[in-house]
Amino acid sequence: MRFTHLIYLLYFFVFLNCKNSKVELSKIEGSQIQITDTLNVDTSVETFIAPYREHIKKDLDSAIAYAAETYSKNDGALNTAVGNLMADIAYEQANPIFLKRSGHDIDMVLLNYGGIRSILPKGDVTKGTAYKLMPFENSLVVAAIKGNQINDLVNYLVKAKKAHPIAKLKITLDKDGSLLESKIKGENIDANKTYYVATNDYLYQGGDDMTFFQPNDSHYTLDYKIRNTLIDYFMKTDTINPVRDDRFTQIK
Amino acid sequence: MKRRNFIQQATAGTALVSLGTFGLQSFSTINQAKKITILHTNDVHSHIDAFPDDDPRNANKGGVARRATLIESIRKENPNTLLLDAGDIFQGTPYFNYYGGELEFKLMSKLKYDAATIGNHDYDNGIEGLYAQLPHAEFDFISSNYDFSNTIMDTHTKPYRVFKKDGISIGVFGLGVELNGLVTPANFKETKYLDPIEMSQEMTRILKEEKGCDLIICLSHLGYDYGENSSKISDLKLAKATKDIDLIIGGHTHTFLSKPTVVENIEGKNTLVNQVGCYGINVGRIDFYFDTDKNKSANGVSISV
Repeated sequence: MRFTHLIYLLYFFVFLNCKNSKVELSKIEGSQIQITDTLNVDTSVETFIAPYREHIKKDLDSAIAYAAETYSKNDGALNTAVGNLMADIAYEQANPIFLKRSGHDIDMVLLNYGGIRSILPKGDVTKGTAYKLMPFENSLVVAAIKGNQINDLVNYLVKAKKAHPIAKLKITLDKDGSLLESKIKGENIDANKTYYVATNDYLYQGGDDMTFFQPNDSHYTLDYKIRNTLIDYFMKTDTINPVRDDRFTQIK
Repeated sequence: MKRRNFIQQATAGTALVSLGTFGLQSFSTINQAKKITILHTNDVHSHIDAFPDDDPRNANKGGVARRATLIESIRKENPNTLLLDAGDIFQGTPYFNYYGGELEFKLMSKLKYDAATIGNHDYDNGIEGLYAQLPHAEFDFISSNYDFSNTIMDTHTKPYRVFKKDGISIGVFGLGVELNGLVTPANFKETKYLDPIEMSQEMTRILKEEKGCDLIICLSHLGYDYGENSSKISDLKLAKATKDIDLIIGGHTHTFLSKPTVVENIEGKNTLVNQVGCYGINVGRIDFYFDTDKNKSANGVSISV
């Protein structure tokens, strides 16, 4: 009996000792594990995701319009059918909202060539098509800038000679590639007038070196994603058949 | 599971974990060799499904259901594991557009994430959008340098947390990136951004001195590095300018590091900085081994990454 007590006491003593002696960091090992298909899928997690995935897939894949042809941003040097479509959609979808909010009409639209992220393939157009064309979350912004800044904008486009999508702006180049004429809604650009230019928030903040949106008299965030302008337009339109036109051309 | 095994350390020598012999005398030695495993992700950006097999860059990589299997197996191997995320959970796939982050949080809860910090994209549906999804998150949001007191998020985040695993106290604090210029003010509302270095000093003081933590981890969404000429705070700069941080788990810059970076801190001690790219393609794993003083190498902590 007494011996057992002694053992208990010893244990107790050692235990206390354990508690009191401080542990310290001795070694660190680091590694990175890649998630690949060699790992099995956790079925309970997979089952949990499935209904969400199915719902999205069904919604993204159902046809909301029809494209008459396949349209690519590479079909044309200074303007393309798909670029014109996106700029025209931005105008058509955003102008009523902007007019209601500000009392002004949008004067022109400028988006960027790099912002067209895929082709628009012939056949059924779906919400998924809009996600592919515009996977990013960029929204429309309207900047009120002076005519002299519009001239900077025009000069940027003349220099870039790229099919950046535009609407309501018309640029004609001469044989040498210099500016011959530029008009907004059919009228000459007045250096002192304020113009309301719709663009995306990326360009508004100076993306693609488009520095002409700052400073500005005022700017309006429309809380309208570029992708949603496409989806809303596709929903109300039966056949999508945009064309290349004369909005940005060079005289041969 | 690739592990790079070259030894990198400030002082020479590798600590030996002495197992000793069984018996009364070695009781303490046996019981006190401990191992804490830290698993981490960052910038998963709503990438719930694995990349499709025709993806040009990341074919068949990632996927939450596979990550779940990996984490489960590591937890079986070592129950003393913490699973952490360094922010930008939201935005990047239609899952976010359709469900606003609900599924992301529910899955992280299913995977038993212990904590996450807040990234700039977690504001993409506004601070209200983040708040609305909180009921789906069974883990803590840790943020030490966003002052939410005038926002709807007030009281819904913690400046730090102390986790106890096998008697080891692990202090975790979180740092967010400057929101101005990255997030529209309409989305972050009155979230105040506080200086990351100052807040780190405050947090490490609390965690080390008041809470007696054995290990301090910073969950950071500041970004790995912006180069020598940038005035922006980064994880590398933070590591150099502070003390008592054992590990900075980073995010924001989508940096794929081949191995964690060892940085000498202001006291000349080592701080590990790690980041595992983005989209749930990788999981980072850092194992911390603890031992009693007498078993510790006289030459300090060995780091093999």
